[in-house]
Amino acid sequence: MLAYANPQRFLRLARALTPWTLGAGVALAAVGLFLALFVAPPDYQQGDAARIMYVHVPAAWMALFIYICMAVSSAVAFIWKHPLADVAAKASAPIGCVFTALALVTGMLWGQPMWGAWWVWDARLTSVLILFFLYLGYIVLWGAIDEPTRAARAARILALVGAINVPIIHFSVEWWSTLHQGATVFRAGGPAMSTSMLIPLLTMALAYNVLYVAFLLIRMRMEVSERRLRTIRLGLEAAPG
Amino acid sequence: MRAFAALFWRDITLNVRSSGGAALSAAFFALIIVLTPLGLGPDPAILKSLAPGLFWIAALLATLLGLERMVQQDAEDGTLDLFRLSPLPLELVVVAKILAHWLTSGLIIAILAPLLAPLLSLSEKALPILALSLLFGTPGLSSIGAAAAALGTSVQRGGMVLAILVLPLNVPFLIFGASAVAAAQSGGDPSQALIFLSASSLMALVVGPLAAAAALRLNED
Repeated sequence: MLAYANPQRFLRLARALTPWTLGAGVALAAVGLFLALFVAPPDYQQGDAARIMYVHVPAAWMALFIYICMAVSSAVAFIWKHPLADVAAKASAPIGCVFTALALVTGMLWGQPMWGAWWVWDARLTSVLILFFLYLGYIVLWGAIDEPTRAARAARILALVGAINVPIIHFSVEWWSTLHQGATVFRAGGPAMSTSMLIPLLTMALAYNVLYVAFLLIRMRMEVSERRLRTIRLGLEAAPG
Repeated sequence: MRAFAALFWRDITLNVRSSGGAALSAAFFALIIVLTPLGLGPDPAILKSLAPGLFWIAALLATLLGLERMVQQDAEDGTLDLFRLSPLPLELVVVAKILAHWLTSGLIIAILAPLLAPLLSLSEKALPILALSLLFGTPGLSSIGAAAAALGTSVQRGGMVLAILVLPLNVPFLIFGASAVAAAQSGGDPSQALIFLSASSLMALVVGPLAAAAALRLNED
């Protein structure tokens, strides 16, 4: 990891990996969606509406996973002052925010026919909604401070405080209300889901992960270029003529 | 210790005497409680069932008020640089500021809330729990607020940014605090919610000063 503390080396690797990850992500998503929409059997209770799960559940996983990635890279930035860790955390936030929004919107679309309401204040929906606002706060903080190194330092601490709080918030919301169905994939004794449904679900999860990497690389390259532009501009302003 | 006490009294004095301090926070809290019936209608039954949540939402918003001034002015006029140079650790500087903020916002709200309770027809047997929950919960609010305020020192006109950073983190306080009051009102046992509320508050009192001090330290150039 330290070898890629050199932005030059990182950029070379990122440039080479971007088309592959993007291509693989899109292909996996296409296969996953095909399996989910045409191959997987309809749910015996929920019918075809259950298919929205293949988009919804992995998005919710990603929402949390990307927040963890953000917190870990913030910790790396905090401890080792790794120059690209802040960039990775910053680049992750909007991607995670979009996955969170996707999870919320698909959850609402599924809730309308299933629960008869667009929104139900159940524990998991509420936790994800609050996670969405945590992402927003993080993005806003980056935007509110002009100078990138200062913004990076503040954002690190916010991400870490947020990461400490996420389990507490989740617990409090869980305690507050439990209306949702229990977990069906991750539980002792193996998943309570038929393989025909599990395969498309995991394919979609994999597709999301690969797409995350692809977008992350693109955004990180953007961010590095932006910082270079800024340095060049500041240099020009400092030495006119 | 003397430096700590001096800083603590300085912040208390500033909070009490400045126009945007303790009085403003209390007035804002009272105003939210007074305005809600105007929006929701005067039906005592409805107000009574909403009161626990309303009091806690008002507390969350009212404790936001003093936060911006907590470190912003010190950062602007250079006092913060002196804090960094002083032998008093920044963590303790933050603790003094949290205490001063709490005494001039959370504590006042906790005293004020039972007096305002009749306006929302909150049942009398819930009054002690309302005061207790605010007493236990608001130090946590001040503490998390301090961390956000320290992060916001680099932000120009950071008031709204502060609110967006703080409010999602304060969700557990709202949930446990309002639940305790609601339980007391409905004749249930509020102790579990109160314990979780106090735990959240203690946790925040540990994390808040550490994060705030780290933020103040990192912003030095």
